[in-house]
Amino acid sequence: MAEKQRGRASDRLRSGISRRDFLRGSGALAAATALRTATEAAAAPAGAASVVGPGPVPVTLTVNGQTHRLKLEPRVTLLDALRNHLDLTGAKKVCDRGTCGACTVLLDGAPVYACSVLAIDAQGHKIETVEALSPDHPMIQAFVDHDGLQCGFCTPGFVMAAVAFARQNPECSEEDVCRGLSGNICRCGTYVGIREAVVEAARKMRGAANA
Amino acid sequence: MLKADFLKTAWPEPGKRIWIGKEVNRIDGVAKASGRAKYTYDINRPNMLWGKFLICPHAHARIKRIDTSQAEAIPGVRKVEIVQGEGSEIVFHGDEIALVVADSEELAVDGVRAIKVEYEVLDHVVDETNLDQIPRGNRRPGGRRRTGNVDEAFASPEVVTIEGQYGIPMITHCCLESHGVVAEWTGDDELTVWISTQNVSGISGQLANALKIPAGNIRTICHFIGGGFGSKFGPDRWGILAAKIARELNRPVKIMLDRDHELLSAGTRPSGFARVKLGVDRKTKKVVAWESTLWGTGGPGGGGTSISVTPYIFTRIPNQRREAYNVRANVGPRRAWRAPNHPQGAALTMTALADAAAALGVDELQFFLNNVDLTDRPDVYTQELLIAADLIEWRKHWHPRGESGSGPLVEGLGISMHTWGGRPHNSQALVHIYPDGSVDVQLGSQDLGTGTRTVIAIVVAETLGLKPEQITVQIGDSRYPPSGASGGSTTVGGVSSSTRRAAVDALEQLFEKVAPSLGVEPTDLVARNGRILSKSKPDLSVSWKRACRTIGMEPITGQGRQPDPEDQPLASQGVGGVQMAHVVVDKDTGVVRIKRFVAVQDCGLIIDLKTAKSQVYGGVIMGIAYALYEECVHDPITGRRLNPNMEFYKLPGIGDVGEIIAHMMVGKVTVTAPDGRKITIDYDEPGVIGLGEPPVISPGAAISNAVANAIGVRVPRLPLTPDRVLAALAGKGGLA
Repeated sequence: MAEKQRGRASDRLRSGISRRDFLRGSGALAAATALRTATEAAAAPAGAASVVGPGPVPVTLTVNGQTHRLKLEPRVTLLDALRNHLDLTGAKKVCDRGTCGACTVLLDGAPVYACSVLAIDAQGHKIETVEALSPDHPMIQAFVDHDGLQCGFCTPGFVMAAVAFARQNPECSEEDVCRGLSGNICRCGTYVGIREAVVEAARKMRGAANA
Repeated sequence: MLKADFLKTAWPEPGKRIWIGKEVNRIDGVAKASGRAKYTYDINRPNMLWGKFLICPHAHARIKRIDTSQAEAIPGVRKVEIVQGEGSEIVFHGDEIALVVADSEELAVDGVRAIKVEYEVLDHVVDETNLDQIPRGNRRPGGRRRTGNVDEAFASPEVVTIEGQYGIPMITHCCLESHGVVAEWTGDDELTVWISTQNVSGISGQLANALKIPAGNIRTICHFIGGGFGSKFGPDRWGILAAKIARELNRPVKIMLDRDHELLSAGTRPSGFARVKLGVDRKTKKVVAWESTLWGTGGPGGGGTSISVTPYIFTRIPNQRREAYNVRANVGPRRAWRAPNHPQGAALTMTALADAAAALGVDELQFFLNNVDLTDRPDVYTQELLIAADLIEWRKHWHPRGESGSGPLVEGLGISMHTWGGRPHNSQALVHIYPDGSVDVQLGSQDLGTGTRTVIAIVVAETLGLKPEQITVQIGDSRYPPSGASGGSTTVGGVSSSTRRAAVDALEQLFEKVAPSLGVEPTDLVARNGRILSKSKPDLSVSWKRACRTIGMEPITGQGRQPDPEDQPLASQGVGGVQMAHVVVDKDTGVVRIKRFVAVQDCGLIIDLKTAKSQVYGGVIMGIAYALYEECVHDPITGRRLNPNMEFYKLPGIGDVGEIIAHMMVGKVTVTAPDGRKITIDYDEPGVIGLGEPPVISPGAAISNAVANAIGVRVPRLPLTPDRVLAALAGKGGLA
């Protein structure tokens, strides 16, 4: 489910083709996805995309409700913009190519791999990072209560993917969580706690404001 | 005034423990889950430069020419350092050739791309599966051992002989936070390094030699680490280079390895392959003879095979002949990988034992129970085997090998057993009690995600009668008293011992200050539930905060060390563990799924049951990973690693691990053995023992045995990927 949401969020990006979609299209994942992406990319009006760069260009990002004006090379990913230019380091760089989910942030409420979105393409969208969540957010508390973390490096990405998933699936089962969070990888082996945490937090979030 | 040392350091009795052994949330959980925790990768310093490496694309090559001029010409590139210059022989894909340091990460990448290198490609060895085909020069003897008389044993008509071959490939640590460092000079000979390390107290000394400045002038910081698993003990080439170039350019330098570089260069677990011949007594069903040839590669330097772990655990088999070889191959160099040598030992031994049980038509559980006296801890294993069998519902699900019905989906059970030391490392701790009632504790230790911070807080809280969240734990900085590196499951025993002693020392000093105001002797006092109470006059007490007002201006400092020859031991070593897997295999597709996995584990006195269980879940999941998915794949033609990325270096996701049951052996446990004997063991009695390694040892063997039980044939080599399962079903299973 999270996978689908990520796909939709990417579709809304200005250039119409994200790095992740490109990688998908290059053969790793379902052929249907690749076809759709290729079709949409081809359908993008030729004149709509203006050429920018390769030097730094003005980029305006709306992150956690704040507007940031930056000068970034067009090749800078949303992840690097957040981490290296805004010092928002909750999203982690791990695989750097849309496999592990450690960099998950929300774009207009839907989870995306920030390593696979260009910062220039994230302009005009509402970006939410883990820093937007209060430390007493039900999802964070549930991860702690169920010990769904060890080294913690994958955890903020998991939390963001889980928040987006739980908002849409308040009555989820552990089986649903296994499907919904299949786009994130943990190395320490915290999946048992995460499964329990997301099921519990999803129910709590339903009744909570700002969750 | 009383001389201190009137309080006992011994751990409280079972009924009197407030926090120890309970399920306590990790105290840094919110910081990590909310993204506020700062890892080395997250350190951004003003005016900071980024370093990126050019790595060798060949398995074996000589560098003919390097041209860095175009890289140096890029505006913003500040330094191009040749790491291995013209004429150097490079012996594995991924080794560092040059480092580019630039104003931004992107410019450093541009610099790397602009370097021109001409290589003379040399012959390589990357396939070690067939010992007989490995060139002589790449094969080194790794020892021979002989016990009893193997030939006589195998020749006996009472002995049934079973032969097999087994393999476990090279894998990597794949820490999610790659190796790396930020180096910043704060004076001519004063350096601060943020480094992703398992060895906070040991980095400065290693860097000092390379930088030729006093070790005390180097401050090492690692508040949070994104995985280590044995691969992060030294400053490494990148740590030294970052520091040197930061000094030269007078700007902070950050180097974090890219994912491909990380997987290629920052550590591997050596492979293990074995030809095994077992002799089992026809009547007693006891193993009486073992013969094995073991080999594997630990990379270009060879090494990495340990003759002492085959046979694993069943070391008392009376007749043994074994030999080992180390293969030098052009693959990533080895580093300690969680429980070094043991997963290989289990995967090459427990499989052979299960094959013997199947060949003899004996229930695998009965066979292991029948042979536990060949191990060093028969009573522990008997208890753990029987408890695990209950949890996996052995009696209900067991069937003889291959008798699993006619449909494509078949189920099977498998067993493995393991051991580990887990002795306490050296550690020093300081506990401060301040006049305002606040308490902190300082150790030059690190929390790898095991729960070290939480364990330290629990021990202080238990000792002072406070709550864990009232304790400020300060670790991850070399300015704190030194503690050992976190490797080999040595941390929990080390830090809990030193912390307990420091907290007791601090409490004694507090009692001496408080006693006069209460009109009692210090020895009459106890600390409980946030109060200091008199033992003789139960209604006489004072709150913790009020008691601390008697301290005066300077805080109390309690000191503790491990080992402490003047005190009784609080930690020890030596554990057992039994794991059982219940798998489902699709014989049409070869896909293996875990249905249920049971891990029964002892580890002495448990400080935090919650994080201890997490260690077991984590070990099991890492084990499922190498049993079913993980493998470094090399192209035999070019010698290149084919999967230095996370798309094709496969790790399981949240839906791939099935149901996992972690059962900790706690306190006094009594189990009735098959022969009717009652076995009672007090698992708390030895004190604290480390837990990080043991649970990762057995999954490979347990799952391989379960798959063999399900499909009727052995898949000889891990990981049990669909192609290997189908090959084995077609009678074509081999070590490749």
